[in-house]
Amino acid sequence: MNPLTLTLDGGVYTLALHAPPCNEIGTELLEALEDALDRIDPSQGAALIIRSELEAGFSAGANLRELYAAIRDGKDEAHLCRLAAWLDRIHAVMDRLDLLPLTTVAVINRVCFGGGFELALTADILIAEKTARFAFPELRLGIIPGFGGIPRLQRDVGNAVVRDLLTTGRTLNATRAQAVGLVSQVVPVGEGRRAAEALAAQQVKYDRDARTTCKAFMKPFPKEALAAEKAHFLRLFRNEAVTQGLRRFVESQDVRPYLP
Amino acid sequence: MSTVDRLIQLAAKRFKADPAGLSPEDDFFDKLGIDSLKALDLLTDVEESFGVEIPDYELQGVVTFAALAAVIDRRK
Repeated sequence: MNPLTLTLDGGVYTLALHAPPCNEIGTELLEALEDALDRIDPSQGAALIIRSELEAGFSAGANLRELYAAIRDGKDEAHLCRLAAWLDRIHAVMDRLDLLPLTTVAVINRVCFGGGFELALTADILIAEKTARFAFPELRLGIIPGFGGIPRLQRDVGNAVVRDLLTTGRTLNATRAQAVGLVSQVVPVGEGRRAAEALAAQQVKYDRDARTTCKAFMKPFPKEALAAEKAHFLRLFRNEAVTQGLRRFVESQDVRPYLP
Repeated sequence: MSTVDRLIQLAAKRFKADPAGLSPEDDFFDKLGIDSLKALDLLTDVEESFGVEIPDYELQGVVTFAALAAVIDRRK
């Protein structure tokens, strides 16, 4: 089953994620995102909505089981080169989403963690349902976010908030996320899709040049910081602490693996 | 109504349980049959209903309604 569907209706693209259990970003979802981006024609649309079709949430982040499988038998240079190439592909997808000449809206329900949070941060505008919670739990695994999330979060909110989220791995609820400027709107459960569609429909009426100029002017692309984050991530990934952290996660039978 | 009683009412409503069957010393993961992600829904309800903010690390080892109520009371 395809982990996502891309539709175009009335000048609005919708990227609906449905990769259970919670839209974990691994090779399958990455390939589907690459394919979807190839099929988006900016001349045909004014907006893109990214949302989850899963009740579990927007996305729980990177597919940690796949990451662990890639390194459990050792981390020689060949393993690390493959990881670097995979990370380059992830960054390419995130960068393409970030720079799309469309107004992009992410609808966040429940879990928006790690790589999922990084995916959400590529969007121009975030709409959160009341149950949404945002977190960067990477430090618990001995790494930092590596899909471009840190520079993108720094772009949108104050550095104290960035440090708090990264250092503690705590979750922020939707109301607090709105208070710190991360989220544009907080809406009731089940209302996110409609709110995003209303916003997107308005974009269709706007002049394309004005719309894309506004986006390019107001959304700087943190190219150097993205490269630096990737380098830090790859260096940290060499550490044994990462293998141990991933093993604990993958092998855990605890119903509370996300709690510190 | 005490904090723990309000909490039990809130949890029962969220997870469609009978509040009469829940007591302060119950492990809410076991009693409600929830995992960590569903527990986050309860945390969201708690933060909204009690007007508090509870960082996740404050919940380390907190598994009973009574213990969670104590965290809420400290944050009020």
